[in-house]
Amino acid sequence: MMASEIKGWGRNQMAARAAQELSDGMYVNLGIGIPTLVANYVGDKDITLQSENGMLGMGPFPFEGEEDPDLINAGKQTITELNRTSYFDSATSFGMIRGGKIAAAVLGAMEVSEKGDLANWMIPGKLVKGMGGAMDLVAGVGRVIVVMDHTNKHGESKVLKECSLPLTGKAVVDLIITNLGVLEVGHKGLHILECADGVTPDDIRAATEATIV
Amino acid sequence: MNKIYPNAAAALDGVLHDGMLIAAGGFGLCGIPELLLAAIRDAGTKDLTFASNNAGVDDFGIGILLQTRQVKKMISSYVGENAEFMRQYLSGELELEFNPQGTLAERMRAGGCGIPGFYTKTGVGTVISEGKEVKSWGGQDYILEEGIFADLSIVKAWKADDTGNLIFRKTARNFNPPAAMCGKICVAEVEEIVPRGSLDPDNIHLPGIYVHRIVQGDHEKRIEQRTVRQKETA
Repeated sequence: MMASEIKGWGRNQMAARAAQELSDGMYVNLGIGIPTLVANYVGDKDITLQSENGMLGMGPFPFEGEEDPDLINAGKQTITELNRTSYFDSATSFGMIRGGKIAAAVLGAMEVSEKGDLANWMIPGKLVKGMGGAMDLVAGVGRVIVVMDHTNKHGESKVLKECSLPLTGKAVVDLIITNLGVLEVGHKGLHILECADGVTPDDIRAATEATIV
Repeated sequence: MNKIYPNAAAALDGVLHDGMLIAAGGFGLCGIPELLLAAIRDAGTKDLTFASNNAGVDDFGIGILLQTRQVKKMISSYVGENAEFMRQYLSGELELEFNPQGTLAERMRAGGCGIPGFYTKTGVGTVISEGKEVKSWGGQDYILEEGIFADLSIVKAWKADDTGNLIFRKTARNFNPPAAMCGKICVAEVEEIVPRGSLDPDNIHLPGIYVHRIVQGDHEKRIEQRTVRQKETA
């Protein structure tokens, strides 16, 4: 079977699988896109979300008419506070990120290598918007969990021996969750921890350029 | 000593000069010194370098100074929401130095604390580390980043007392305290000025020692991405 014919998990299933990696009491930073959906699947676990623009304890979007221009997340979206919320400045915020106080970050990627290198901020020759806080997050947090499609729109593997794009961080990724399954970054290559529904380990190998051991 | 000025133009009188480095607070359009930016546009000061996390949008924030070609260089972590910025950058009219967001915040904080350089693992093994000193502790590499010492800081706070003690509101605090700290002179625009003694000394976010001039004004406080949820109907 061609890799492009295999669907595996959808966006919400990938987010739900990522949520399984979070445990009670964790302080977590969620990126934009599928990682944001992870918050919907934490269930009864006591998870505190960090927004790197200066907030711990991020709440849901406000009701219409209750938007506050002074209360936004790192994606610049209006949000709300919770009864546990604290606010702080950007230097303090990245102090807790760089200092390893944030247990995990869940974020998207353009490419990941078998050594855990991550590229998610820049495509040379295309419009460059900037890395924002991504380089600080992947360098600083306890565990980096990437959630992304296994292949790009041309059907090419995004899980590579070496990244071709400029890096966000070197040897920083711990776990890769894709539509095909879950891969862990090990010393000699990637380990398949889990296959998505209807996907076999051979399917994952066929769709992956990186070394799987 | 009086720190209170009647308007933004008066608060900037005598502190602006061409080619200066200005540290500005704000994240996106949240907590930006919108009145002081407008006053800098009106003053016509040129060849400015801004250390600011973002560059505003086309018609608000630092964007208004891009339209008038007053900005020579931006030191920022993310500039995605500004078409005029991209046009000037791609045509070579505008210099851009990308800093990781936490590195930018720490560079400002360090400058304000008299620390000319610090080591961080952010950006190790990426383009950010090119040309920078690398030092290893406990098997981990760190790169040397420099503190920012700005000629002027412009920040936005919620409340000030007349001695310059500042209180920020929610996530509008963001880069404002570190930006305020790293300038030779700091001008703060606020929504309200209250008499000394009105603010709880235990709840001052930025002590007045960092703040030299204060101006009160009306703020537009534009929302960049309005996201809401629906109320469940009974």
